[in-house]
Amino acid sequence: MVPLSWYLILAAALFCIGVFGALARRNAVGILMGIELMLNAVNINLVAFWRHIGPDQMTGQLFAIFVITVAAAEAAVGLALIIAIYRQRNTVNVEEIDMMKG
Amino acid sequence: MSEQASSFPAVFNLTPILPFLPLAAFALIVLWANRSKKLSAALALGGIGLAWVIGWAITFTTFGMERLGEAPFRLFKDWFPAGGVWQAFGFQIDPLSAAMLFMVPFVCFLIFVYAVGYMGVGKPEHEHDVPGQPATSGYVDRLASRFFAYIALFAAGMLGFILADNWVLAFIFWEIMGLCSYLLIGFWFARKYANPTQITPKEAGLKAFLTTRVGDTIMLAGFLLLFAQTGQISFNALLSPATLEQLASATIRLPIVGPTPWATLIAILIFFGAIGKSAQFPLHVWLPDAMEGPTPVSALIHAATMVSAGVYLIIRLFPLMAAVEHGAALRFIAFIGAFTALFSATIAVAQTDIKKVLAYSTISQLGFMFAALGMGAYIAATFHLLIHSFFKALLFLGSGSVIHGMEHGHHAAEHLHSPAQAHAHEVSALARQTHTAETSPREEHGFDPQDMRNMGGLFSRMPRTAWTFIIGGLALSGFPFVTAGFWSKDEILADAWGHGHFFIFLVLAVAALLTAFYTGRQIMMTFFGRPRTEAAFHASEHDSVFAWMTVPLMVLAVFAIAGGWVGIPESFPGLGALSSNPFHHYIAGLAEALHIEVAAPAFSAIPLLTSLVVALGGLFLGWKVYGDYAARGRSDLADPLAGPLGRLYPILLNKYYFDELYHKVFIRGTQRLANWLFRVDDHWLIDPIVDGVGQFARRLAQLSHRFDFRIVDGVVNGIGAAADWFGGALRVIQTGKAQNYLLVGLVAVSVLLGAFLLLPK
Amino acid sequence: MQQAIFIILALLTLGAALMTVITRNLLRAALWLVATFFGIAAIFILLRAEFLAVAQILVYVGAISTLIIFAIMLSRGIMDPDQVRFNGQWGVVGGFAALLFVVLAVIVTRVPWPAAAGGAPVGDAPADAIARLGAAFVGPYAIPFEVASVLLVVAMIGAIIIARERE
Repeated sequence: MVPLSWYLILAAALFCIGVFGALARRNAVGILMGIELMLNAVNINLVAFWRHIGPDQMTGQLFAIFVITVAAAEAAVGLALIIAIYRQRNTVNVEEIDMMKG
Repeated sequence: MSEQASSFPAVFNLTPILPFLPLAAFALIVLWANRSKKLSAALALGGIGLAWVIGWAITFTTFGMERLGEAPFRLFKDWFPAGGVWQAFGFQIDPLSAAMLFMVPFVCFLIFVYAVGYMGVGKPEHEHDVPGQPATSGYVDRLASRFFAYIALFAAGMLGFILADNWVLAFIFWEIMGLCSYLLIGFWFARKYANPTQITPKEAGLKAFLTTRVGDTIMLAGFLLLFAQTGQISFNALLSPATLEQLASATIRLPIVGPTPWATLIAILIFFGAIGKSAQFPLHVWLPDAMEGPTPVSALIHAATMVSAGVYLIIRLFPLMAAVEHGAALRFIAFIGAFTALFSATIAVAQTDIKKVLAYSTISQLGFMFAALGMGAYIAATFHLLIHSFFKALLFLGSGSVIHGMEHGHHAAEHLHSPAQAHAHEVSALARQTHTAETSPREEHGFDPQDMRNMGGLFSRMPRTAWTFIIGGLALSGFPFVTAGFWSKDEILADAWGHGHFFIFLVLAVAALLTAFYTGRQIMMTFFGRPRTEAAFHASEHDSVFAWMTVPLMVLAVFAIAGGWVGIPESFPGLGALSSNPFHHYIAGLAEALHIEVAAPAFSAIPLLTSLVVALGGLFLGWKVYGDYAARGRSDLADPLAGPLGRLYPILLNKYYFDELYHKVFIRGTQRLANWLFRVDDHWLIDPIVDGVGQFARRLAQLSHRFDFRIVDGVVNGIGAAADWFGGALRVIQTGKAQNYLLVGLVAVSVLLGAFLLLPK
Repeated sequence: MQQAIFIILALLTLGAALMTVITRNLLRAALWLVATFFGIAAIFILLRAEFLAVAQILVYVGAISTLIIFAIMLSRGIMDPDQVRFNGQWGVVGGFAALLFVVLAVIVTRVPWPAAAGGAPVGDAPADAIARLGAAFVGPYAIPFEVASVLLVVAMIGAIIIARERE
């Protein structure tokens, strides 16, 4: 059997790769992909905990499904935003998108 | 919802919906009703009105209950698990919150009614008015719906705060109030002044928010330590003797100070939140500038309710503050309170803006309450808190009415001087032609309707406002026997004397003298003598908006007088025989349950005589010094105080030179550091973090210009600088780019987790 | 045996994930992302969460990846091969992301997980896991389930409104 900590380390690595993608990519779509990786890392954690700590309760899997749902909603809205911004500014380079600047 | 005891009348079960009534009004206005200003105002009034009716129903039910203090009504539900224990969230009614429930929704309701008139609901919109600027006199504010939404949200925050039975919920509502304060101070966000050094509403809102945030952050640290020590969030559990005993006996070794009981440390940290919220020294600087908000906001948030939330929090947690016998916490509270009371009373003496005088007076009166708490005068502080809310709301609303009247008068005066349009319209309609939309009344032609030097002789022109304002002023100065302010202030002085705090007694007596003096000065300058300007000459209160505005004034005036009669000490000669001092007994039930010593001190003639002398003497001095000034009716006269005070006068006028001192000592240093960092960054490093720091420091320097707090001396400066840097770390990379912000989060998380690993357990 | 499979799957998944974030061409990055999703689905199967593995493929590979690829193709110039991949802070981000990984890995290995000592799970996965999942969704988790569906509808409407061409 694979120990729990292996899964957790895999998830941590995936999460950190996702963080890197979300924070270092210039392209908004690239950032979105990074975020998807982070969410998947979380799912691995949830399922691994379910399997190893409480397989009788389905909470872990349930939460993973909710995460997938939220991720789908997030991707749809995020990509819609990207397309809208692309139309308006003709770029999806986030360094040029600084409308939050006070 | 589960209850602790089912022996309470059914009306108590309505407690949890109280905060949600105005919250529902807020949601409805924002989501649905905002197109119609009348509907928005009606919703806000309806929400708070219903809360008021239910609140009073609950409060009056509690009056007959003997044992409410020992067994308060609690309604709660499991909320979240912390470790193995479920934390409950809920609301509670005990004598303290019931007393607040008497005041808060009622005052809120009156101020909402006033706001209907103040915002000009029902009047037409002026097509040249810019959203985010005050409306032209005689027209409705374009954003009036938003205003009612905000104040409804605020009322929800305040009601929730007073009823919350645990600190997490209380903190949530506390922050909702902070947010509303920010939104409402900056309500006229588009307003600009001709004088660039004058603080705009937008900047004032930011200043208020950031300054109180300093206190709130320290307070949150205190609460978290409290949770770490006890594992409890409900006030009930935290204030139990066993918990307090444990907090008072366990010590922590602090640098410099040495071993300190946890109770003392936590109490002082939490008190900082109250310092910020209640604008005590050294975080007092935001409140005077908060007067940039609309006047109902000044009355509601910055006089009657939110600023007193800090006092209420300390009253609520008083057993924790007093857990260590003769501990440092209470002494600290007493010191800060007494110092602030005197300090800001001296500033109020020289102010010329009618609202600024009241703002400094509010700071001073809150200082009285903290001083009372610091001396252990639990009931006196509560009493003064309630009474002060009534008369200070009255004074602020009165000042708003005066300002409105002055604006009307100003337009009328302009009307007379432009013959082309003479007598064509009514006074209010005339404004349409003579007023340009780009400027707001305050900067136009340099005329300031809030400056008391422009007033005078308003008594005969605005009689309803004048009478009620004078009643409020007399209550503030503690006019003997008749006004409520006399009884509440006298009780604090009597407690100070009776319990042997002679120094505090002296300081508070001087502050009370100054209070009476500046109140007398304000009344003389505003209402008596001859008008000093055309605007004052033509001021009136005949417009329809004044119907909405003066009715709340009259109601509040009744309370500013009669409110004090419930707290007349039984030992008072003559009148005491008639009184059973119901307020004392009402709160004492709770105090005894919490093991707080509240025995009223034996009657002594000295504090009574002092109260009489300072109140009457101050008013007499105000009349003596300013009577002649008022009678001459010229606006170019120097303030009669300027001569006798000599060099002290400009110091008071400039609020002890906070801005200037700060500029010299602190801003220059920051600028130099910023320039140096910027050069370091420009020449040697491309690293984005360093880039961010450089930019931040430059921005900080700009921002710092606006922040005049943490001055006075080197020590405070040092603390201020550290606080600024610390708070600044959150603003490190103000680039507007989300990725930069997130990087800060990543750095923080990885460094903190690393520290968690490396540090010894 | 399982451990060897896990290591191979993990390496493949991580490699694909790494390629996703460093590939210059966005379309290729999206394809690497699909590979990553497949790897994660395989991990789920290893964890005996078959339903989730299928959902993973359906939702992520079937829907989200398609959406991403469409978005890439809808915005011209987005695939410009000469564009700069990273922003100015990528070095710092890389450093701290690596630090975060090290810290998390150390924490994970240090925590005494209930099952980590023997390596084996406390109990075997129930045979009727999928049935239980379904029952949970219509039983105790009915309200969150409904809220999630509302969320999806809201997101769909919102996405249409945001991306709609304005005149």
